[in-house]
Amino acid sequence: MNARRQAAALAAPAVAVLGGIAVAPVLAAVWLSLHRSILIFHEQRWVGLANFRFLLGDARFGSAVSTTAYFTAVAVSAELALGLLVAVLLQRGGGLFRAAVLLPWAVPTAVSARMWAWLFNPDYGLLHRIAPGIDWLGSPRMALHAAILVDVWKTTPFVALLLLAGLQAIPEEVLKAARVDGARPARVFFSVTLPLLRPAILLALLFRSLDAFRVFDAIYVLTEGGPANATETLSIYAYKTLMRSGDFGYGSTLSVATFACVLALGLVWLRVLGRRR
Amino acid sequence: MKRALAVAAVLSFFLGPLAWQALTSIWPEAELTRPLPRSLTLSSYAGLGGTFARAVLSSLVVAAGTTAVSLAVGASAAFAIAKLDFPGRRLLLGGALAISMFPPIATVGPLYLVLRAVGLRDSLAGLVLPYTTFALPLTLWLLTSFFQELPDELYRAARVDGCTPWQAFLHVFLPLSWPALATSAILVFIFSWNELLYALTFLSTPTKRTVPVAIALFAGEHVEPWGQIAAASVVATLPLAILTLLFQRRIVSGLTAGAVKE
Repeated sequence: MNARRQAAALAAPAVAVLGGIAVAPVLAAVWLSLHRSILIFHEQRWVGLANFRFLLGDARFGSAVSTTAYFTAVAVSAELALGLLVAVLLQRGGGLFRAAVLLPWAVPTAVSARMWAWLFNPDYGLLHRIAPGIDWLGSPRMALHAAILVDVWKTTPFVALLLLAGLQAIPEEVLKAARVDGARPARVFFSVTLPLLRPAILLALLFRSLDAFRVFDAIYVLTEGGPANATETLSIYAYKTLMRSGDFGYGSTLSVATFACVLALGLVWLRVLGRRR
Repeated sequence: MKRALAVAAVLSFFLGPLAWQALTSIWPEAELTRPLPRSLTLSSYAGLGGTFARAVLSSLVVAAGTTAVSLAVGASAAFAIAKLDFPGRRLLLGGALAISMFPPIATVGPLYLVLRAVGLRDSLAGLVLPYTTFALPLTLWLLTSFFQELPDELYRAARVDGCTPWQAFLHVFLPLSWPALATSAILVFIFSWNELLYALTFLSTPTKRTVPVAIALFAGEHVEPWGQIAAASVVATLPLAILTLLFQRRIVSGLTAGAVKE
């Protein structure tokens, strides 16, 4: 066997696994989205684009898109701002400080959501004890922000570590030169550090926004999309349609729509990242 | 001084909720309405019982299985991408990165139908396969960048000595790669331990539930058993907290591997 064939053979299992469990299911979801398919009735028939026509007029879908977009925009902005602060603090922190900050990243999302549900508890929760009178999970306006808070707590450590890696890659001489030229610390940070940190910031935005857009765990555990569907994101809506209603046709349409949104978001970020070069 | 205040604020935001949860787990259930407990108890832990112990076992099996599969499949492919020449090697690496960004909701429906058709739904083995969608791309990415840093001369020397590419991988490169294998294993283990959506969808027997599912669906008969939920959370988090403290350097370098290279 020649070397090229042997190389392909070494890579083949990975290609087969990724093709079989990731690429094929996405294509199958597209196929299913063109059908009416109700699991318990064993019904499956071709309906063409009917599901997608329904999708365009589906107010619940529209509201799920805007809920997901709002969640992503607010959560990722907050994580970036807080992550930057934490990264700057970590620059001169010891290993123990870094490990302490890393801890929320390692806590399972389902666990952290349950933990925050207890903090949000309207009768005995810690937040109620500190600042009573806020109905964190009960009011439609507040509940989405409560979910954002959980996401910020859980994922800011990741953002901070990415930005810290970016900060550490900035050569010390550049900062020293700015200081010698008489720039004050704030000026050095905003005029020198921040522009040099741009690649790391964009990368954090790429990873985090794609991840936040598919949010499921935290919202499922906190509110299951309630109250009054106020926290229903695309993943939650698609999950309920697939697994609760057993509607694999329209559920797949929602999954495909979610996939298309994430793909579009990813392509936009890649363009932004590419322009820099 | 300003720095110390900021550090204190950051630490209390990140650690405060965990500390409160730990305190709740040893707070007597009947005293939860009081501002602070008068005595402490381990009864919430005792009350968790066998169901939750089984969940821990299920999670261990799935996380270990996923780690083993993704390392076994990923290592040889990563070596091939980094050191050998075959058509589509760049596509494979880029494709893996794209796949790791797939929203799991896009694949969960068809995977459910397939696992049901082959009789692997509601089994822990059936869960390992979907878990490789996020585990394998991560492994490929980390191991490829590790192998790329090893000198090409090493490969050429092995070939001159009469090794086939496979032998060069097995006898020369694999023994050198344990640090990268360890980093991948730790990260894959943590991600698998934490996964909710697939486990929630594919497992239906309560005794097979993994830890995140058990905690998400934890319910009491009449009132929410906050003490027991807190105890379960501590048990679920403890292994990860220990891993994080022991291997934080590795974890941080693995998580930021892509960022630094850019």
